[in-house]
Amino acid sequence: MVARDLDYSDRFEVITLPGGDSIRLAGTTGPRRASAGGTAAPRGGTQGSLNYPLYQALGADFALDITAAGDTTLATLHDIAGAGIRRTLRVRLPRSSDPDFRQAVHRLADQALQAAIGTPGIAATRILFVKDGKVYQIDQDGADQKLVSSSDRKAMSPAWASDGRHFAYMEFQAGKGWLYLQEMGGGKRTAVSTTGSALDFTPAFSPDGQTLAFSRATEEGTDVYTINIKDNCCLRRLTVGRFSDNLSPTFSPDGQRIAFVSTRPGLPQIYVMAADGTDQQLFAPFDYGVTGASNAPEWSPDGQSVAFHRDVAGTLQVFVLDVRTRTVRQLTSVGRNEDPTWAPDSRHLAFVSDRSGYRQLWIIDLDTGRIRPLLQQSGARLPAWSPRLSEATSSTP
Amino acid sequence: MKSVSLLLALGLGAAVIAAAACGGNPAPQNTTPAVDTAAENQRMRDSIAAAQAERERQEREAADRAARQREADAAAGRASEEVRNTLASMIHFDYDKSNIRSDDMGTLDQKVAILQANPELRIRIGGHCDERGSDEYNLALGNRRAQSAKQYLVSHGIDASRIETQSWGEEKPLVDGHDESAWSQNRRDEFEITGGGDNLKHP
Repeated sequence: MVARDLDYSDRFEVITLPGGDSIRLAGTTGPRRASAGGTAAPRGGTQGSLNYPLYQALGADFALDITAAGDTTLATLHDIAGAGIRRTLRVRLPRSSDPDFRQAVHRLADQALQAAIGTPGIAATRILFVKDGKVYQIDQDGADQKLVSSSDRKAMSPAWASDGRHFAYMEFQAGKGWLYLQEMGGGKRTAVSTTGSALDFTPAFSPDGQTLAFSRATEEGTDVYTINIKDNCCLRRLTVGRFSDNLSPTFSPDGQRIAFVSTRPGLPQIYVMAADGTDQQLFAPFDYGVTGASNAPEWSPDGQSVAFHRDVAGTLQVFVLDVRTRTVRQLTSVGRNEDPTWAPDSRHLAFVSDRSGYRQLWIIDLDTGRIRPLLQQSGARLPAWSPRLSEATSSTP
Repeated sequence: MKSVSLLLALGLGAAVIAAAACGGNPAPQNTTPAVDTAAENQRMRDSIAAAQAERERQEREAADRAARQREADAAAGRASEEVRNTLASMIHFDYDKSNIRSDDMGTLDQKVAILQANPELRIRIGGHCDERGSDEYNLALGNRRAQSAKQYLVSHGIDASRIETQSWGEEKPLVDGHDESAWSQNRRDEFEITGGGDNLKHP
């Protein structure tokens, strides 16, 4: 599991070492290489020392040695070049039958990654998605798929709160839309007040968790609104479309701005405004009469990019807007690719693609272009990648 | 005198018989001559037959009236059904568009006439999209499509309060399929009656 997590981080090339029942890995994204030993890997020498020249000869930059000592698991990260221990992580893992076991191991992998390269990983994350009108969660490595919505109504558009403990989604029935907030795990759900009288959809949390932005379709068209979910009050209308629709809001991570879709140029394109609705302007450039409809924006957690999909020659492709330079680049070209959602490292995106013949969830690493399927099931759509899901873990430097 | 009394006795006998023939009516007219009694019997028989004939005639007429009514009702029902079908006929849209196509204006004009001829009638318009567009954007597009049709009806004199609208996005396709023939049928407005839909009148 740890080996796969490090592999899926796309920051290492995993080297499999011969011998024993151990799993060994190493990596090459540029100079970095890593090697990891499996639990109770046979090894010459005592804990804390390693045959560094051997690992160096294999081209490894790091080696991860995981051993179980009673109910505590020790993960020792060796710096091969420095011929010493970079860090020892001491973790009390739950039993493998415990529902939190996998997440605990994922968190350990993330800590190891942080120790190696100083950047936290994305192993301890989950993705919400919709299938057959229900919301499911799945670990980022494709394990532990679980139903999380409880209603018979059709669910759409799940969205994470930045604390990772709540999500919002829309329930759709008889042409009307209700917004709900739901606790992860417990499943307790609360209706967002004032919704359901119209068609309310595409909820998005502000980073501080106080505000929910959403789209509301009425006789006047569709516009972006916000509501204070802390006090359940203060409905505000941020756009007044009249002859155009405005929808699909997404907050910048500093909470200052909202990117959204507007049809004011005649077909949907990506716009941006201040979080109070002022200063509305075009965000992702397009060629009038040439560029296709653009939809489903999501602001990256590092604030530097906005992912969205755009109609290219009659099918949809995933694009990324560079917020600073306001330039766009196309990420996909095979099949239909839509509804991108950022991993917390702002480097990976999950999206829906029919490249394998049916619509399922895929993950792309923007730096290497590596693409892997997340889910081998038809009909999955509208994914939402969680923030890092932290639980108390102990580590020693 | 003896013969007279005998005659009288015979006469009484006839009267008794006549009374019996009268259907058990205890005839009070003991003194009625036998000839008159027979005539009376005949009259009564005649009137009974006449009453029966009259009753049968009335029954026939009632049955005829009922049949005519049934026919009329059926015709009205057929007319109402026709009106209902005309009202329910869908209109369609170009890809990612919500404007009313010129070939659908006649369809909407028929609905205007029906709504004018049936002032109690209320309807709901549901806007739908094909699967090609974005899932969430299609909710806004479906709303636009329903609003377009409502706008057309209102601009032709129908009170806006009689028309509800809904968007279904791409969530309720009419036709399964992943080609233009399916998509073009799925990009549509549906019209349903929400009130005052009994005995609809032809415009």
